[in-house]
Amino acid sequence: MKKLALPILLSALLAACSSTGPEATGAKVEDRSGGAGVTTVTAGSPSGSGIAALTDPNNILSKRSVFFDFDSFVIKSEAKPLVEAHARFLVQNPQMKMLIQGNTDERGSREYNLALGQKRADAVKQALLLLGAKETQLESVSLGEEKPRCEEASEACFAQNRRGDMLYSGEF
Amino acid sequence: MFRASVVTPMLATFRLLILAALASLSLTAHAQLSIEIVGAGASRYPVVIPIFENESQLPRGVTDVVRADLERSGLFSLVSIGPQALPESAVPDLAGIRSRGADAVLTGSFVPQGDGRYQVRFRLFDTQKQVELGAMALPMAPAQNRAVGHRIADFVYEKLTGQPGYFSTRIAYVVKSGSSYELQVADADGMNAATALRSREPIISPAWSPDGQRLAYVSFEQKKPIVYVHTLATGQRRVVANFKGSNSAPAWSPDGSQLAVVLTKDGLSQLYALNADGSGVRRLASSSGIDTEPAWAADGNIYFTSDRGGSPQIYRVSAGGGTAQRVTFDGGYNVTPRPSPDGRQLAFITRNNGRFQVAVLDIASKQTTILTDSARDESPSFAPNGRMILYATESGGRGVLSAVSSDGRVKQRLTVQAADVREPAWGPQVR
Repeated sequence: MKKLALPILLSALLAACSSTGPEATGAKVEDRSGGAGVTTVTAGSPSGSGIAALTDPNNILSKRSVFFDFDSFVIKSEAKPLVEAHARFLVQNPQMKMLIQGNTDERGSREYNLALGQKRADAVKQALLLLGAKETQLESVSLGEEKPRCEEASEACFAQNRRGDMLYSGEF
Repeated sequence: MFRASVVTPMLATFRLLILAALASLSLTAHAQLSIEIVGAGASRYPVVIPIFENESQLPRGVTDVVRADLERSGLFSLVSIGPQALPESAVPDLAGIRSRGADAVLTGSFVPQGDGRYQVRFRLFDTQKQVELGAMALPMAPAQNRAVGHRIADFVYEKLTGQPGYFSTRIAYVVKSGSSYELQVADADGMNAATALRSREPIISPAWSPDGQRLAYVSFEQKKPIVYVHTLATGQRRVVANFKGSNSAPAWSPDGSQLAVVLTKDGLSQLYALNADGSGVRRLASSSGIDTEPAWAADGNIYFTSDRGGSPQIYRVSAGGGTAQRVTFDGGYNVTPRPSPDGRQLAFITRNNGRFQVAVLDIASKQTTILTDSARDESPSFAPNGRMILYATESGGRGVLSAVSSDGRVKQRLTVQAADVREPAWGPQVR
């Protein structure tokens, strides 16, 4: 692992992160007279970059997705080395935080799928906790069916979308 | 320019295309909804709505808006008796109009007020009973032609059906175009679309405040679901639920002071209530499964989806607490409960042989009726008068909005060119 530059990069990232916190109030863009009395707002979006070790394709830490079977919320044995590697990284870098995003395929209600995606994110979080990561480092959330990796209505595609994604500080 | 279809025979499938109104509104033109009617009521009320006196003085018509509204409702058929206005000051030849097959006639006139404004006066007559059903006068500026047309259509609808019209209401929905998401608000006829929020991340679950001024919704712009309340006129947004974990599924209390939301801060997705400014969060119900999709009925009950019994089904709990009762029992997947404004019916989505369809449950008789024959229906919401249900579905691989009457007879489809439309919510009647 390329860990040397990490603390410096990290503090820079965290500083950048705190200076671009969430905006509760969007800027008014234009007054659309005649547009039914509605003012348009453009939402901001956080953008952060990764850390070398986390984006190096030769490093297992660059892999961020845990895939699930249909209607399942159990981490498969093939995903265990990946989860273990991320748990080790979190233990060695206690200042690092992780956002775990659960995802589902597109079948059914959006809000119910959001709740099902949460169960996948929680499964990844529980595994990381058991492997030594701290509760304060982890947040599990769901994107439901809203961010499919693959948009065809086929089983191969649905399988790509049933996953938990792990994002580190600065990436969310 | 505005263009509407001509008179069509009863029970025929017909099409009504609405084109962008003004070149100056080209910013919104790409997102214009066009409405296609794919089914009509079994017996439609034949009405005559001639052009009003002095209407040709206006830059844009009013009675064509009235005619389009009434025809689109599926409850009326238009009978033409010629291009001339009938004098508003006189009682028309009701027997003669009756002999042309019309049961009602609307006459009207635009009276110039000398300052560029008009007073529109109109009267509705029953040709069978040979009586005047009502009259009204409204002040208007020529630019208010559509709003005034909707008000007149509401008047005719209410006088002839006994129920309030819904033509002056607004709808909200989300348009996805490439990787851009827009939360839009339009008139109930799809015209006058305006963008409230533009984002590169998904927006779901818009919910109208009872006063029609604000939308609560879930935005993923911070890489996680957060609930916002957005004041439409000013664009002011407030984060009302951003707890650790996911925040979703906002539903307004009938008085607009509270929101029911779904939070995962304590584990699985569960129901909470909070004040409309985000303060005072408290638990509404507890289960060992997923509880989500709350909807607050006028009687104080909260309907929601839960898989506490194994499969997702609809339950009901009092907003004041207590034990939840199961509401749906047939089938393995019943979700997204939405009570009608009078509380007598519940629209929801049911999985029927692998197809997700809109159904209504009559709460007193416990009778369920499936209203659609499509396969990917989502997000039903009632019109304020309870007659129509707006929902999202898929057609030709794209997301479209559809509306179906609560008796299943009238069907409409609303599409946006080259974009996915989803997550519709019918706004309240604001008088």
